[in-house]
Amino acid sequence: MSTVANQTGAEAPVKKEKLLEMYRRMQMIRQFEEQVNELYTRALMPGLAHLYIGEEAVAVGICEALNVDDYITSTHRGHGHCVAKGASPDRMFAELLGKEAGYCKGKGGSMHIADPATGNLGANAIVAGSAGIATGAAFSAKHAGKGQVAVCFFGEGALGQGVVYEVMNLAALWKLPVIYVCENNLYTEYTHFSETLAGDLLQRGTAFGVPSEAVDGQDVMAVNNVAKRMIARARAGEGPSFLVCNTYRYTGHHVGDINREYYRSKQEEQEWKTSRDPIKLLTKWLTEQGHASTEELSGIAQEVAAEMKAAVEFAIASPYPAIDKVAQDVYA
Amino acid sequence: MPESTTKTASATRELTFAQAVNEALAEEMRRDKRVCILGEDVAEAGTPFKVLSGLVQEFGVERVIDTPISEAGFTGVGVGAAMTGMRPVVDIMFGDFLTLTMDQMVNQAAKVHYMSGGKWKVPMVLRTTLGASRRSAAQHSQSLHAWFSHVPGLKVVMPSTPWDAKGLLKSAIRDENPVVFFEDKMMYKLKGPVPAEEYTIPFGVADVKREGEDITLVATSSMVQVALEAAELLEAVGISAEVIDPRTMWPLDEKALIESAKKTSRVMVIDEGYERYGVTAEIASVIAEGAFFDLEAPVKRLGAMHVPIPFSPPLEDVTVPTGPGVFAAAKKLCGKS
Ligand SMILES: Cc1ncc(C[n+]2csc(CCOP(=O)(O)OP(=O)(O)O)c2C)c(N)n1
Repeated sequence: MSTVANQTGAEAPVKKEKLLEMYRRMQMIRQFEEQVNELYTRALMPGLAHLYIGEEAVAVGICEALNVDDYITSTHRGHGHCVAKGASPDRMFAELLGKEAGYCKGKGGSMHIADPATGNLGANAIVAGSAGIATGAAFSAKHAGKGQVAVCFFGEGALGQGVVYEVMNLAALWKLPVIYVCENNLYTEYTHFSETLAGDLLQRGTAFGVPSEAVDGQDVMAVNNVAKRMIARARAGEGPSFLVCNTYRYTGHHVGDINREYYRSKQEEQEWKTSRDPIKLLTKWLTEQGHASTEELSGIAQEVAAEMKAAVEFAIASPYPAIDKVAQDVYA
Repeated sequence: MPESTTKTASATRELTFAQAVNEALAEEMRRDKRVCILGEDVAEAGTPFKVLSGLVQEFGVERVIDTPISEAGFTGVGVGAAMTGMRPVVDIMFGDFLTLTMDQMVNQAAKVHYMSGGKWKVPMVLRTTLGASRRSAAQHSQSLHAWFSHVPGLKVVMPSTPWDAKGLLKSAIRDENPVVFFEDKMMYKLKGPVPAEEYTIPFGVADVKREGEDITLVATSSMVQVALEAAELLEAVGISAEVIDPRTMWPLDEKALIESAKKTSRVMVIDEGYERYGVTAEIASVIAEGAFFDLEAPVKRLGAMHVPIPFSPPLEDVTVPTGPGVFAAAKKLCGKS
């Protein structure tokens, strides 16, 4: 992790408190998703969910650099963004189970969690469906003049959709404070991205004059550093950026995607898990740099485990919405 | 080769709906080299519903083609390829993503033949899904067939059984026009008899799925199963229900629908799309006009509730028609409480 140390050294040092908060959020995402998988296998969760395990450093590295009133838009694989932006797991689990106490009163489910209190404009089940929304939020942020920014999270699969390029062009023309964050986890469903995307990913941004960078998405400090730079640029009125985070999803496209060997090998999965795990890498760095002891970190992990357990219990015990709520909220 | 509109065939096998679709594609691809499949994860993965399993092994990646997530783009490629000699079958995984293909389908595919004075044609099929009840929430549960049925130049097919799915899909691929073919996701595992011999089913021919005397239940796609369930319940209370499936929204077999209405004098139309401005409205109006003097009651419609499909199971369950719901409404229409 020498690159991290170098990059960290080049920036203002991050306070210990913040470092531990990033560690905690990454643990929260990991353990949240493990519980989701558990709920699925125990047939307690209706439908399917797309897990973010393996990609935690992306959401956390970026959201740590955001303020609570900055906006994000998210995807079908959205639990990580939601947690990283500050949502609480109990109401998220309640949403996943279709309960009244959920963030969307049970109407949205896993793919649609939205939370105005943390600036979360919503997850989206349409690939690239939120590209316009994030850019629109940046448009109003510019209008409001309070220095807010918008982050648009999407998978590399979304680069197949024309709307992404339409809004990047607009954002560049109008210098909108938006950061397009492409989480390249190598696969769009069951197909390697090299089979569906021609050319160089970064040049998609540079073609519009949008500063574009790639970063190791397993390295939370590296992600955090580049995010800070791009966000500062957006706040200063200099316009959009494009960030490609190279990462990996450990599990299936969704919880039901168990047999994956026809599109990727077990060995490949194992390599990422053992040598490129974002939580292990951060643990190593924090301890080596003397920011935290192993005991301190495992204490945090245990606190998170207790929190997740309680959150799941809360969600299971919560009631479903009353049937007459079905017609509520169609119109504002 | 027989055009089979009846349910008689010398020999049949039990196939699932998904297998019937798969067989139709395989047969047409063997028969006609111009037929190819374009869509997301259609090749090795055989789609998330596994409907296309095995096709890439037989026909290769030149003809079963994985696309990027670019619905507007590859649907447009389908339109252009169809105009210039191919017979593309475009796969749109969830019917909800049809919104992304609208310009290609509505402004391009539907218009080309007419606008060119009959000089160009678009013999393509767009296969997609519809239907709620999978706990997939508002962007993966819609039934948008009414939109396409509204547009001159497009044909719209909604099979309700494996038998119909195979015969109608083969006709769709051979049709000289753009055809939108809707499959209910919940029906892929439904089993039913399918003729062993080759057959096609012509468009615009409704099929009586059950004969009856007291009330006609017009139903589309998976709502045919719902109507058949309701018909059983009605029989138990002494009401004889006829279930008729138009099978194609356009062309629409108006005559058969009107005939059935005249025979029974009471009609309910059941469809999983939204009731408001939906296909139930069109069908009800066709029947009201054509059978007015023979009707004992206004034509009753039952479609999806006018809300985005909610995720929460107890809420989702009340948004789409069910057997008991159809039973209760039909009983009331027949003057029995
Ligand atoms: C418009 C649209 N087309 C297709 C899909 C089906 N689908 C859901 S996720 C997905 C793959 C997305 O890949 P990517 O954007 O790379 O995100 P990842 O799943 O890898 O996080 C597809 C094709 C969809 N939801 N929306």
